[in-house]
Amino acid sequence: MSQKIGRSTLVLDTFPSIMSYASVVGKKEGEGPLARYFDAIFDDTTLGEKTWEKSESRMQKEAVSRALEKGGYATMQIDYIFAGDLLNQCISSHYGLRDLNIPFYGLYGACSTMAEGLSLASVFVDNNLAGFTMAATSSHFCSAERQFRLPLEYGGQRTPTSQWTATAAGSLVVGKSARPPFVKAVCGGTITDLGIKDINNMGAAMAPAAAQTIKTYLEDSHTGPQDYDLIVTGDLGLVGSELLIDLLKRDGIDISGVHNDCGKMLYDVEAQDVHAGGSGAGCSASVLCSYLLKKIEDGALKNVLFIATGALMSTTSFQQGESIPSIAHLVHLTYNRE
Amino acid sequence: MKLTPAEYSEMAKKASPGTKSYKTIPIAFLIGGLICMAGEGLINLYQYLGMDQETAGAVTSVTLIFLAALLTGLDLYNSIARFAGAGTLVPITGFSNGVVSPALEFKSEGLVLGLGAKLFVIAGPVIVYGISASIVYGLILYLFKLY
Repeated sequence: MSQKIGRSTLVLDTFPSIMSYASVVGKKEGEGPLARYFDAIFDDTTLGEKTWEKSESRMQKEAVSRALEKGGYATMQIDYIFAGDLLNQCISSHYGLRDLNIPFYGLYGACSTMAEGLSLASVFVDNNLAGFTMAATSSHFCSAERQFRLPLEYGGQRTPTSQWTATAAGSLVVGKSARPPFVKAVCGGTITDLGIKDINNMGAAMAPAAAQTIKTYLEDSHTGPQDYDLIVTGDLGLVGSELLIDLLKRDGIDISGVHNDCGKMLYDVEAQDVHAGGSGAGCSASVLCSYLLKKIEDGALKNVLFIATGALMSTTSFQQGESIPSIAHLVHLTYNRE
Repeated sequence: MKLTPAEYSEMAKKASPGTKSYKTIPIAFLIGGLICMAGEGLINLYQYLGMDQETAGAVTSVTLIFLAALLTGLDLYNSIARFAGAGTLVPITGFSNGVVSPALEFKSEGLVLGLGAKLFVIAGPVIVYGISASIVYGLILYLFKLY
């Protein structure tokens, strides 16, 4: 049974295990520093489909299929899947997963979807509501650009604080097993908004949400940054990471020694010209479902806080001059069951 | 974390790198200037081929619009623009790119609701306010000439 402690933390006392995971990425991500950890790299980012939306759907389906295949699971064995993405009405998940016949809960957490999905999937398993659950999400540079920004061929300029939406998808299976990685606890985020309105500076918009959730979890669990090998945020990028560290320092919490960010890890930020780093639901999902889970599985990392951050605005709210509300969900991953 | 939006805005501004104007402005000036120089060259060429100055100017605009549209279609314009910045945005080539790129992007939603409806999604505001401004200017000119 999961137990609620503090403000918003659930301790999962059976330590649900991540049984299998897979990540698939596009060409640019495949040229980045994590290339060898991905299950598939699609040099043709259309994946042979006619529209970008179809390409993204295909990619999410690929990630789910590969996670099932790697663990040797049939779709019938999966009790529930928690999935979502960035496109309006989460069409990548709905179209990508419609043929799988797995009971489906759709999520919208923007780029925090993977942490949100993994949280719910783990809680379901921990409380014996399901034998096996899955979480999945995706993002695609081209489908995100046409929804949130400008046509791809338009010769506009990106500001230095803008982030590059990752063409990537990640998926994982949660169940009960004696094999790491384990989910020790989850901490649900609260919607945080410190008034940032610049849609090209998502890192700055999301950093307060991440700071809030990390602080809450450390308080709820009575731990400090020194208790973790890695505190990894979703996609704050260069600007957001710096702000996160500053924000937490104001509260006397120094995570600078153990912090990293998926938006900085997915790309070689300078050489690949991604300005302030990567973003998109697929960014943290693909880094988690490749490098991070592998390192925890191998015991190279033993105690990891994974905090995926999401910006919860829409193009309409942005055009109406609203600020950007953000959220961050936290999952505590461990190598040992203690 | 007791922080007001105003305080955070200051923090965020400090953490956010600015545009490297010392680099981008000269490049934009150079590339934009080169495009305009090419335009001058074309005018001279067309005049040399026997056109009068007005016709040569119009044909030059058409040539530049065509070239920008072609480069957009070949997916090269945005790569050049990434480097050139406002240098490719300001001349007439930028306008061409602004119309052709949504045409390519939104054709997946069909010829009417996609391409047709979204064709001026970038250039639209320029046209609307360009025409509006010219009407105001025309009115002012008209009133001044009355007296």
